[in-house]
Amino acid sequence: MDAHAHAPAGEHSHPTPALYFKVALVLFVLTALEVMAFEAGHGGMGAGIRPVIEPIVVELLLVLSAAKFALVAMFYMHLKQDSRLLTNLFVFPILLAAGVIMGLIVLLQYWRTVGAH
Amino acid sequence: MATSVIDRSPATHAPENTGIWSWITTVDHKRIGILYGATAFLFFLIGGLEALFMRIQLMKPDNTFVSAATFNSLFTMHGTTMIFLGVMPLSAMFFNYFIPLQIGARDVAFPRLNAFSYWVFLLGGLFINFSWLINAAPNAGWFGYANLTERTYSPGLNTDFWVLGLQILGIASMAAAINFFVTIVNLRAPGMKMLRMPMFVWMSFITQILLLLAFPVITIALVFLMMDRHFGTHFFIPEGGGDPILWQHLFWIFGHPEVYILILPAFGIVSEVLPVFSRKPLFGYTAMVFSGAFIAFLGFGVWSHHMFATGMGPFADSFFALSTMLIAVPTGVKIFNWIGTLWGGSLQMKTPLYFALGMIAMFIIGGLSGVMHSSPPADLQQTDTYFVVAHFHYVLFGGSIFGLTAGAYYWFPKMFGRMLSEKIGKLHFWLMFIGFNVTFFPMHFLGLNGMPRRVYTYPAGLNFEFWNRIQTYGSLLLGVSFLVFIYNLWQASRKPADAPADPWKGATLEWLIPSPPQEFNFADVPPVNSSMPAWDLRRAGGGQLPEPPRVSGAGIHMPRPSYWPVVAAFGVLGVIGSVLFTEAFPHWYFITLGGAAVLFYGVYRWAFEPAF
Amino acid sequence: MSDAAAHAMEHHTSTGIDSRKVAIWTLIGSECLFFASLISTYLVYKGKSLVGPLPHAESQCMLHGAMQKCEGVFEIKLVTTGTAILLFSSFFVVMALYGAQKGNRKMLVGWLAATVLCGLFFVSMQVYEFNHFYHKGMGYGTNLFSSTFYTLTGFHGSHVSVGVIWLSTLLVLAIRGKLPPEKSLNLEIAALYWHFVDVVWIVIFPVVYLMR
Repeated sequence: MDAHAHAPAGEHSHPTPALYFKVALVLFVLTALEVMAFEAGHGGMGAGIRPVIEPIVVELLLVLSAAKFALVAMFYMHLKQDSRLLTNLFVFPILLAAGVIMGLIVLLQYWRTVGAH
Repeated sequence: MATSVIDRSPATHAPENTGIWSWITTVDHKRIGILYGATAFLFFLIGGLEALFMRIQLMKPDNTFVSAATFNSLFTMHGTTMIFLGVMPLSAMFFNYFIPLQIGARDVAFPRLNAFSYWVFLLGGLFINFSWLINAAPNAGWFGYANLTERTYSPGLNTDFWVLGLQILGIASMAAAINFFVTIVNLRAPGMKMLRMPMFVWMSFITQILLLLAFPVITIALVFLMMDRHFGTHFFIPEGGGDPILWQHLFWIFGHPEVYILILPAFGIVSEVLPVFSRKPLFGYTAMVFSGAFIAFLGFGVWSHHMFATGMGPFADSFFALSTMLIAVPTGVKIFNWIGTLWGGSLQMKTPLYFALGMIAMFIIGGLSGVMHSSPPADLQQTDTYFVVAHFHYVLFGGSIFGLTAGAYYWFPKMFGRMLSEKIGKLHFWLMFIGFNVTFFPMHFLGLNGMPRRVYTYPAGLNFEFWNRIQTYGSLLLGVSFLVFIYNLWQASRKPADAPADPWKGATLEWLIPSPPQEFNFADVPPVNSSMPAWDLRRAGGGQLPEPPRVSGAGIHMPRPSYWPVVAAFGVLGVIGSVLFTEAFPHWYFITLGGAAVLFYGVYRWAFEPAF
Repeated sequence: MSDAAAHAMEHHTSTGIDSRKVAIWTLIGSECLFFASLISTYLVYKGKSLVGPLPHAESQCMLHGAMQKCEGVFEIKLVTTGTAILLFSSFFVVMALYGAQKGNRKMLVGWLAATVLCGLFFVSMQVYEFNHFYHKGMGYGTNLFSSTFYTLTGFHGSHVSVGVIWLSTLLVLAIRGKLPPEKSLNLEIAALYWHFVDVVWIVIFPVVYLMR
């Protein structure tokens, strides 16, 4: 981190437009998969696979969403080649945010023993 | 290469511009620090006066000095003022003045953003306190528990002043936190690695991280509450399915890190003062850094220990009890390291050391009663009693205020070029130390005997009279101690400048430049090869350091003054303050739009004016 | 001191990264907790609305004073279109930045204009959606779902709007030739903010719209 001497070497070697385009395509496909999972899981199109998808639809959506999130952060936000400091500035709050969300759900949805609706 | 063209000839006595306009448009971190300090000290005195009124009311049973309603406002405003308008901005004074000096920087990373933070803070503080003038001071507690704070139970503008005022102050804190965070990450002198930063800078750094991560949560909680009060939602209203306990969770997810925001800067100050007055390096530097970071990290996992009484069930109670007890470990590491620093040192018994020692002793007491609260069964007995009041005054007054006062005595010569009187300083210490303990120690007894918090009076015959009377005497003594402090400041301001650059033989960079520092801080940044660069130079000079000359400094590029941050701050006030008028004025949103326009215009002019 | 020297001092930082870039990342880190609070509230109150309308179709819900079968309010097709547009705008802005860094003004202006248009489309989509829901009887305070939904997506929408204003300002500068490669950092910072707004939507879209 203290490194004017060894500043991140690749900071200005950004990926090419071709890579950006590929990432965009993958993002598009993943979004389509998300909507398909929703439809399949809830008896819209592809009702035949509903029994398979329905129990795991939440997990599936979370994984797809995390993949999209990671792609944008790594390639479009350049975290893949930028300084580790910037990655830490993002990842640590995300972990804390995830902890807060899970903590509140557990505390208010599952562990409430008094005054729960 | 830039330094080669700086004029280092002795300064000619061109008078510095000190007119009122120069203070309004200033972007100099040292001036902004002084503005923060002066403003916060005034608010602190108001908060202290509120406390004295409460103490006078409680001096005897069935007293009628103030009404029950006024008492509610007094304890609400006392807490809110001391936390958001007293201790936080007093810490911000030291962040502003000393972070750039201690890391060898010209200024903070974003000088105009820094001015913006101050002006938003000032307007927010005035906004909340304005409520006293129209007899609508907040009266539902500094924690604003829903659904007491909902419209049904808190009609009137009182709680709106609180909700909106905190929102304004939050913007000031967030802007300042981003600024200091970036300053510390990016503007350190060459050679100052992260693990060579002064401990005050380290603790400040951790404080900024806590601010950045905790304030968003209270911001959202306050938005929900505002929506409930003015726009028909039911976030915390059971009739509409809402859950008041959610408010408590969101509030304490912010509120617990907030207590570390209040104490860590004082930890940092004490860690600066002890080595200098023990003539010994800080014991266990790295352990101090990591214990501070560990405290902050754990601080996000303990919030529900404020909520044992809500009945969270055995799993939650156990989890939060254990995580709370765990925090005692890194805190203990700090205390032992402080003692290790003192151990075998040649103690220079000057006023800053008095206050630093007072802080350690008082904080230990507060820390121990804190560990007592971490056990849910014990906590259920102590909740809402004076025992809790005793606990948090030992950590916030005994810890934060003693620490900040140590900092005030330590750094006053650097800030104003004048020494405070040692004699008056020590008198101040003893009055404050005795007054503090006489006021707050008996609260432990009263609390365990069952005296509830936040009651405006109590009947005779419950065995509460004696200690309450003693406490009131103690609080008056505390008040006197602050008059002594003010007298000390006043007498110092009247005498000619007498402080050398380095009155205490300090270890850090700020002592290598004249007192008070010149606008550009350092004509040349000294070499940094350890966490005690000034001691390195002193040792190299055979124990002597030459008095640094005031130089012309012509050729050093300093940021230009700007009034756009002030304009933008008024825009913020307009946008948020407009919600006060939803009832009174059907077209209240014109005020919002007007404020937004001012904010927008201010930010654009700010963005497009040259910074240098 | 020459301007070049002043410039050099101004940009000399301990990490070698420009302070403004560290600042925007700090802000982004902080914003994660804003959205975490909003999302957790949405999830904690999920399924706890006392009356309809509800997000997805339910066989039983209290609507207009009677228990009945209710339609869901969400229009998945519309919001999927908006999602795709916002995702593509992230691609567009990164192309604009590429153009800015390479000094290719045509590329910069073209892709940046496309980004701003996408942003405007997304905001319009949201305005339409809110209006549509409102006319289905879903006011801000109608139930917990409506309050948490409007606050969460409205907060995100206001971020998109700020991004649109910011990028439009840069677009005007770019058109007037005032965004040369050495100032491309101005766009990089705005783009980072824009991507962040996009990744927040990447979370909101499945969590709010697709999970029942």
